[in-house]
Amino acid sequence: MTIPQTDSNPAPPPPPVDQPPQRRWGEFVIERLVLIAGVSTILIVGLIFFFLVREGLPAFLDVPLRQLFGDRWYPIEGLYGIWPLIVGSILVTVVAIIIAVPFGLITAIYLGEIAPQWQREILKPLIEVLAGIPSIVLGFLGWVALAPIIQQLGAPTGLTAFTGSLILAYMSLPTIISISEDALYAVPKEYRDGALAIGATQWQTIWRVVLPAASSGLVMAVMLGIGRAIGETMAVMMVTGNAANIPELSPTMLFEPVRTLTATIAAEMGEVAQGSLHYTVLFGIGIVLFLITFTVNSLAGRLVGTQTRRKRGQL
Amino acid sequence: MSRQQVQKLAVGIITGVAVLVVVPIVLVILMIVVMGIGAINWEFLTAMPTDGMKVGGIMPAILGTIILTLGTALVCMPVAIGAAIYLAEYARDNRLTRWVRLAIVNLAGIPSVVYGLFGLGVFVLFLGFGTSILAGSLTLGIMTLPVIISTSEEAIVAVPNRFRVVSLSLGATRWQTIWHQVLPQALPGIITGVILGLSRAAGETAPLLFTAAAFYLPELPRTILEPTMALPYHLYVISTQVPDMPLSIQYGTALVLLLFVLSLTLAATLVRTRMRRRREW
Repeated sequence: MTIPQTDSNPAPPPPPVDQPPQRRWGEFVIERLVLIAGVSTILIVGLIFFFLVREGLPAFLDVPLRQLFGDRWYPIEGLYGIWPLIVGSILVTVVAIIIAVPFGLITAIYLGEIAPQWQREILKPLIEVLAGIPSIVLGFLGWVALAPIIQQLGAPTGLTAFTGSLILAYMSLPTIISISEDALYAVPKEYRDGALAIGATQWQTIWRVVLPAASSGLVMAVMLGIGRAIGETMAVMMVTGNAANIPELSPTMLFEPVRTLTATIAAEMGEVAQGSLHYTVLFGIGIVLFLITFTVNSLAGRLVGTQTRRKRGQL
Repeated sequence: MSRQQVQKLAVGIITGVAVLVVVPIVLVILMIVVMGIGAINWEFLTAMPTDGMKVGGIMPAILGTIILTLGTALVCMPVAIGAAIYLAEYARDNRLTRWVRLAIVNLAGIPSVVYGLFGLGVFVLFLGFGTSILAGSLTLGIMTLPVIISTSEEAIVAVPNRFRVVSLSLGATRWQTIWHQVLPQALPGIITGVILGLSRAAGETAPLLFTAAAFYLPELPRTILEPTMALPYHLYVISTQVPDMPLSIQYGTALVLLLFVLSLTLAATLVRTRMRRRREW
């Protein structure tokens, strides 16, 4: 938004005669400072990418691509195949999203369409609290409390892909809930009134009118949820067991340990020598993660852009 | 099934799912409180850890987290609020502005461990700060930018136009209008956003792993060029890296971290509701 200007009442440019010169200078300097602050965000994204590439590009040049995307990750033997890590990340994220999306969307529907005001006033802060719980605390609970339960269910170990997915699903819920709720809220009340007036039940109204109208926002909620889940590090590192193997396609594949891209960086960066091949490969993994989240968020960002524009139009 | 029955069933299922989502939140917090409260006493909060961290307190970790949080605030507030003012008051609807917005969305989405890599590459190695409070604060500060920019921008945009129109019509310059009229009105919203952003930063572990955090330090750091212990990393260390750690100390540390972060969240909410009541519009 720029400075308010209505057609009938345009803000007059400050008459230069009345302004002491230092004030005009002050304005100029401030405007430049504020502009720099804004543009610095672009600069930072650029810098992050630049430094990742600077440190990580050698990985793509020095390790043969066939090996880099091979299926064996044994840094001690000089084998840097990141394929098991990619599979681990995808497996944990996909299962987390399959769990979190229905739960998140339905909770948003409850909050936005069904819950009475007093319940909303209790539930929304509770979900904000969930969003505020540090991931390490949830990881800790997963480690001391959830993993033993999973093991009792018959898995050989409690630290499995599924344990990670459960924790991740719970962590991405606040993102999914709050963005879907915004999307539902943005659906004009007239749509609901119209549907109810011609005799539809509340459920028919939600299912056939409100959800389709909010669909672009709901897609965005899911995408940002994915972005949140794939980048999560500490909790996943604590509960997935960190074995860099590719689970075989089988009914029990979820109950085997896996290792994700993020956990690999976090677990191994502390022990490598700066500039070694292992070091550059870990930065290479950083490039892969950056590109994945950049793509997901840029797509979601385009949806956000169209949404905020619409919202402002309504104000 | 008649459509009335479908309606009843649907509402029932939706309500049930919502309960399933919300109840565990309460359980998680209760569990940490119940299991951790026993470990918390004056010594636990104020003493140095001893005997392989199995005895004594977690004071250096608490202090480290407080210092890192303050450092984060110093780093990100000027840039974030400046950027928010730019977006809300000066930015035109042009390509540059769209790029800035895209950059903010992407900053918000970059995984925290990638921020850690960035901090390692730039602050620790390239600029030579070493593993230090300074490098950690800079890394966390950059990571917190997008949250604070978005909430501050929202707070500034929400100030009604009549404040600006009247001020400008009285001959005030654009910046005088922003400084004396718009920002004071937007302040509660900005403060809320800043505190929420900091509460996220305070609980982060991954960005600190290679930029600031130390496994164990016998003494407190003296300068900002030294590494520090921090609560989230300490919790990670004592729960997964140290064998035979008493469970009560683990839960106690988790509880202290949770209380620290949630009290910041609560403070933010209080500022928001109190100021909203006093608002002139």
